[in-house]
Amino acid sequence: MASTVVEKILARASGRAAVAAGEVVEPAVDLAMSHENAALVVNQFHEVFAGTGREPRLWDPSKIAIIFDHRVPAESPKTASNQKKVREFVARHGIARFHDIRGDEGGICHQILPENGYVLPGAVVVGTDSHTTSHGALGAFAFGIGATEMASVWTLGVALNVEVPRTLKVEVSGALPSGVGAKDLILHLVGLLTAEGANFRVIEFHGETIRALPTSGRLTLCNMTVEAGATSGIVPADGETVRYLCEVAGVAGPIEPVVPDADAAYERTIEIDASKLVPQVACPHTVDNVKPVDAVAGTRVHQIVIGSCTNGRLDDIAAAAAILRGRKVARGTRMLVFPASARIYQEALEAGYVADLMRAGAVVMNSGCGPCLGVHEGALGDGEVALSTTNRNFKGRMGNPKSEVYLCSPEVAAASAITGVITDPREEA
Amino acid sequence: MVNGSVSATAKVIAALGDDVSTDVIYPGRYMATVLPTETPQFAFADHFELNARLKGGEVAAGSVIVAGKNFGCGSSREQACSCLKGHELTVVARGFARIFQQNSVNLGLRLVTAPEVEASEGDELEVTADEVINHSTGKRYATLPLPPARQAIVDAGGLIAYTRARLLALPS
Repeated sequence: MASTVVEKILARASGRAAVAAGEVVEPAVDLAMSHENAALVVNQFHEVFAGTGREPRLWDPSKIAIIFDHRVPAESPKTASNQKKVREFVARHGIARFHDIRGDEGGICHQILPENGYVLPGAVVVGTDSHTTSHGALGAFAFGIGATEMASVWTLGVALNVEVPRTLKVEVSGALPSGVGAKDLILHLVGLLTAEGANFRVIEFHGETIRALPTSGRLTLCNMTVEAGATSGIVPADGETVRYLCEVAGVAGPIEPVVPDADAAYERTIEIDASKLVPQVACPHTVDNVKPVDAVAGTRVHQIVIGSCTNGRLDDIAAAAAILRGRKVARGTRMLVFPASARIYQEALEAGYVADLMRAGAVVMNSGCGPCLGVHEGALGDGEVALSTTNRNFKGRMGNPKSEVYLCSPEVAAASAITGVITDPREEA
Repeated sequence: MVNGSVSATAKVIAALGDDVSTDVIYPGRYMATVLPTETPQFAFADHFELNARLKGGEVAAGSVIVAGKNFGCGSSREQACSCLKGHELTVVARGFARIFQQNSVNLGLRLVTAPEVEASEGDELEVTADEVINHSTGKRYATLPLPPARQAIVDAGGLIAYTRARLLALPS
């Protein structure tokens, strides 16, 4: 039977010869990731064992990863106490893949997993975070779940009652024009599909444009597939995946890419000509409210944010630094930069990008989720507008329902920082 | 899909549009609060009037929130389900986002998918085995059943109970 990548992965993980969309399977989990919400997972995990007479025991601590990123350093005694509780659990149960608040190995979960080689092609990855879809960039089937479901995975080591999703094929051809990148491609696709267009489905990426994208760009793509409702995005592993895992992530063992059969069944195929793309902006208050940058150029911006699991990687920071080098952030506009991991921060320091950005007037913060989810830093005032490389612009997302958030690429964000209004980077550069 | 059933008629306490995100249901700044016993106070925290009604105890158990497509889109935060479950609400929507639907089944929040449903605040709804009846307008709307994979978890009394039964079937 001809299979998509995810059908092949689920068949292998469920001990079946083949599976088809709609079947219900119980795949073994290769990696189970949580962040601060591990505090709730720990609570639910103990609930599972309550009254059973059994000691709470993890199915396999070596397959669990916990990364603090959402509120780092802690913004409140409550968060600090939750983090303390998780730290104690990690020590008691021997979870080695734990990334605490540290300047050497900390960072955002969706960067820590790839850069440490925790995700391999063909793996089943679950995470208590909707942007777990990111890891499809490495050819894995990776999807978000809730904390109670994670407690179930911690106990049993399988994802229960998984319906094999249908797959949409996205075929991208043509070279991305200068000043246009992976973020513009995914914003364009989310606008095309709408916020629920891929609900309960996988988006499988193909085409020469995708083959030419480095892993960082593929992470950006797969990260935001959930904004079209997708269970996951996936780029079938190829030479670039192997390069990234060996050279960047230090993976020594064998890497076996999983590729789809030529005659696999897709629900539909969407073709995109990348050479015709222009910079895109998602406007308030939904991610699928996508317009070409020209349509909103000139909109006054009070805060620029560059970072997050979507666009906080070295090439994102490099692109911003290249635009801001020797320039100044406009008075009346503040600019915050959040490298996606401590390692990226270090690399940005060594490459001189941090100095470029600081001299321009940007504030380079510690690695973490920052203002993206409106918890502790970079809050917006009433009536203020943010232009951000993050992934969501829902009402109140950055903590203030009386503010507005526009989403864009690092190039659009950096060019707009100079002018203080939404600006097409192809004109500013 | 009917995840549990609503007895007799229930009042619509809010009629919302498409794409109601988990940031709207449970704003990110309250995410440090995780326990299901503590989350209900922050349900729709930025919808001050609705939040006040919920906290003020003016809303009867079983009351209904009606919404459009893609209710619960966005974050995987389970607080968005537990905060509504705490008020014993039912959500009747034209559609639900995957993670929200899964979390609701796992925690026992009642969801009803009625792809054509129309209702306004104050309407009286009745949910039967296969339709939603709006007694205020006289209109009836077909509902979609829960996928069997999810129904099994509802039948077990939620995911904690389902997982516990599986655990007890393993050798200790």
